[in-house]
Amino acid sequence: MTGISIMLPIVIPLTSAALQIIAWRRRGIQKTITVISTTALLLAALFLLVQVRSDGIQTIHIGGWQAPFGVTMVADLFSALMVVLAAIIGLAATIYSLGSIDNRREVFGYYPLMSILLMGVNGAFLTGDLFNLYVWFEVMLMASFVLLTLGGEKPQLLGGIKYVALNLLSSAIFLAALGLLYGTVGTVNMADLARKLPEFPQPGLLTALACLFLVTFGIKAGVFPLFFWLPASYHTPPVAVSAVFAGLLTKVGVYALIRVFTLIFTHDQVYINGLLLIIAGLTMLVGVFGAVAQNGFRRVLSFHIISQIGYMVMGLALNSPLAIAGALFYITHHIIVKSNLFMISGIVKQQTGTEDLQQLGGLYRAQPLIAILFSIPAMSLAGIPPFSGFFAKLVLIQAGLQTEQYLIVAVAIFVSLLTLFSMTKIWNEAFWKPAPAKSENPGVETNPSPAARPPLSLLAPVAALAALTLVIGFGAEPILNLTTEAASQLLNPAGYIEVVMGGRL
Amino acid sequence: MAILLAIVIGGLYAAGIYLLLRRSIVKLIFGLILLGHAANLLIFTASSLVRGQPPLVAEGQLLPLLPAADPLPQAFILTSIVIGFGVTAFTVVLIHRAHQAGDTDDLEDMRVPE
Repeated sequence: MTGISIMLPIVIPLTSAALQIIAWRRRGIQKTITVISTTALLLAALFLLVQVRSDGIQTIHIGGWQAPFGVTMVADLFSALMVVLAAIIGLAATIYSLGSIDNRREVFGYYPLMSILLMGVNGAFLTGDLFNLYVWFEVMLMASFVLLTLGGEKPQLLGGIKYVALNLLSSAIFLAALGLLYGTVGTVNMADLARKLPEFPQPGLLTALACLFLVTFGIKAGVFPLFFWLPASYHTPPVAVSAVFAGLLTKVGVYALIRVFTLIFTHDQVYINGLLLIIAGLTMLVGVFGAVAQNGFRRVLSFHIISQIGYMVMGLALNSPLAIAGALFYITHHIIVKSNLFMISGIVKQQTGTEDLQQLGGLYRAQPLIAILFSIPAMSLAGIPPFSGFFAKLVLIQAGLQTEQYLIVAVAIFVSLLTLFSMTKIWNEAFWKPAPAKSENPGVETNPSPAARPPLSLLAPVAALAALTLVIGFGAEPILNLTTEAASQLLNPAGYIEVVMGGRL
Repeated sequence: MAILLAIVIGGLYAAGIYLLLRRSIVKLIFGLILLGHAANLLIFTASSLVRGQPPLVAEGQLLPLLPAADPLPQAFILTSIVIGFGVTAFTVVLIHRAHQAGDTDDLEDMRVPE
């Protein structure tokens, strides 16, 4: 059976969710199924990556309907890499959830929802059809809506409204753009579109359509000026949920941007890439300024997601092989580091009862292990060598210098400095400064100097992700080789089209 | 027919965006519903309207007699109606719960407390 390995990353979470729903009242069974299935998902994803790397782009036509008539699932190196990252975060978050999700949420189907979320994310990475991408987005969004608001605490509901409203708006724009694209070109298969669009007689119309897609994926990715839903909602749900959202959901938007603007809308790159470059610069700046002004642990991190998205979009906008490879490297580094930072904020909250930086303090003395585990992703995020973020930024800045876009390079370096500043702020406030006296905050139950070690189910995923950050940092070259290969596949879409269309030209 | 539908779609978009810009969450949801309907009609209209020509392939032929109605946009619309229904049901419950929690219908009063 060829192509079965493409379906596994979708079928495994689906089966897992179905089995868990059958065992609705047996939470022990649900937990067992979810751990087994996310482990299996990681193995399947790694297998797919190895297969794509050795045998080239994999494809499967659902129901035997050949492209462009049926829905095609395609795995190139970029897709396979993203699926592996999704599986890593899925596994880490599942283990983290075991020790941190309360009974009330577990009773209402927390674990099946997590499986469905992973299914939606993987589906979005693997599909080769734009309408199918819309459907996977909706699968992912539905699961994320429920996960975000599950528990029904007031901040969750209020943050949830903004998240739901803006994502629905983005879906409506996506749908309209799809309808217009189908009306103009007559296909929604990505490879078929890539084949037909260069010969399309009205490039102005295509640019307008491209901008509609830019807006809809821009909302999902959280780029300037469409990111406001993100800092309003990401700090409200349980930390395990935040960590998955922070790592994966916005990156699905970035994935869609990269896919659409390297494969489909390549007719007017000067205009689109110019626009993307401006967006990238503003996203970086606004995100990092927002972070500097915040005082909540997860709020600071939420704004950093936005500024980091700017770096990825910068890679796409520069559009040289090195820049795209840098963007993919950046995504790899960012997903692991960002989820890890959110998970650490959860440990801090679990230990002290607060995530307000002003009320925290003295954690370095009380919990040196957590402090060290925090310092690895934090320094990586800021781009200190030899951590993974340094190489990610180095490659992007090199690409910027090669293409002579000095302004964006200056912005990237400046933002990197401010990132370091704001990571130092968390370090100083939460870990280094002495714990504030309890009497200063009456009415708030805090425990600033805990002695107990956090449970292993929280520490293990954090330590594993920190180790992965070190691996990416010290073993940057093989990963850069992988992303360079993936970038060359993206920039030479002829191979992708050939595999999907099966030579019927 | 296409012109009439274009006017309807424009009206739906205008009404939807107007409602989105209001401060009440109930109107926000109505606005999103209208935008969904507008997008559905847009798919329908943009992929050319053909009346009374079902895409049936005659015996011995490989292609239907052109111009025939295209069934694919209708499949798209059907999919998005089903998804929209589920999402709308969820949002209605969400605003109900948010209204209970915040005791307000006004988005200005719904800033997440620090």
